Amino acid sequence: MMESDGDLLLRLRSGDERAFVTLVERYHEPMLRLALSFVPSPAVAEEVVQDTWLAVLRGLEGFEGRSSLQTWVFRILVNRARTTGTRERRSVPVADPEPAVDPARFDAAGGWADPPERWIEAAEGRMEAGKLADRIRAWMNELPARQRQVVILRDIEEMSSEEVCAVLAISDANQRVLLHRGRSRLRQLFEDEFREVR
Amino acid sequence: MRLLRGRDLVCQQAVELVTAYLEGRLSRSARRRFEAHLAGCPHCTEYLAQMRETISLTGRLAPEDLSPQMRDEFVELYRRWKSEQQ
Repeated sequence: MMESDGDLLLRLRSGDERAFVTLVERYHEPMLRLALSFVPSPAVAEEVVQDTWLAVLRGLEGFEGRSSLQTWVFRILVNRARTTGTRERRSVPVADPEPAVDPARFDAAGGWADPPERWIEAAEGRMEAGKLADRIRAWMNELPARQRQVVILRDIEEMSSEEVCAVLAISDANQRVLLHRGRSRLRQLFEDEFREVR
Repeated sequence: MRLLRGRDLVCQQAVELVTAYLEGRLSRSARRRFEAHLAGCPHCTEYLAQMRETISLTGRLAPEDLSPQMRDEFVELYRRWKSEQQ
């Protein structure tokens, strides 16, 4: 069973080196992915994450536990990435229309003209064969940065919507719009992938 | 096709409500209309199942393991920080 972040925090504070390595193993890779959605290159993302780990060590003493350890660490990361990054334009409103499904797939009355193709069983089969995860990782990188950030935190890291809003400093409504668009795009990519192999 | 009543959803509207539905953020009346639409629409039922599957598949991406070299680098980082403390 995975040790809770709370137990890990106790060990960290008592100066346990292995606790720090466990924390890094748990969050380093998702932090790199998240950082990369803010900054222009993997090398810069790597730097931001390294800086974050040092900031985490320095800040441990003062961490009051008002948020979860993960939320605290990820917030430090996002703050640093935002200061460093130029890729993300925060001012872009999320209100631009971006339909979940191509409008051409509906008839004039708004009913399906080109209904969703079935792909769930095929995807499950390929996932179990270990041949889908890399594709999904590649698709994640195709999502617009802000959608990608929310999908990483909600659907891969399984944070709550409140935690995601705190980490990214966005409103609950924006969080939901970005999540909806990101998931809708991914669903379409699954459909496209398995339409091709028919 | 079912006869549309004034407040019935069409498919194109239903697909935009999926996330709010899964998040439990629809009002009671909106949820009722959404579920009523699903009950009569196999395509939107399939669509909802595909959105759930999308979430499930994404959630199964395991973080890649740290390389032994990176592990060592972090042990090094920790020890350096520790020595600065004293």
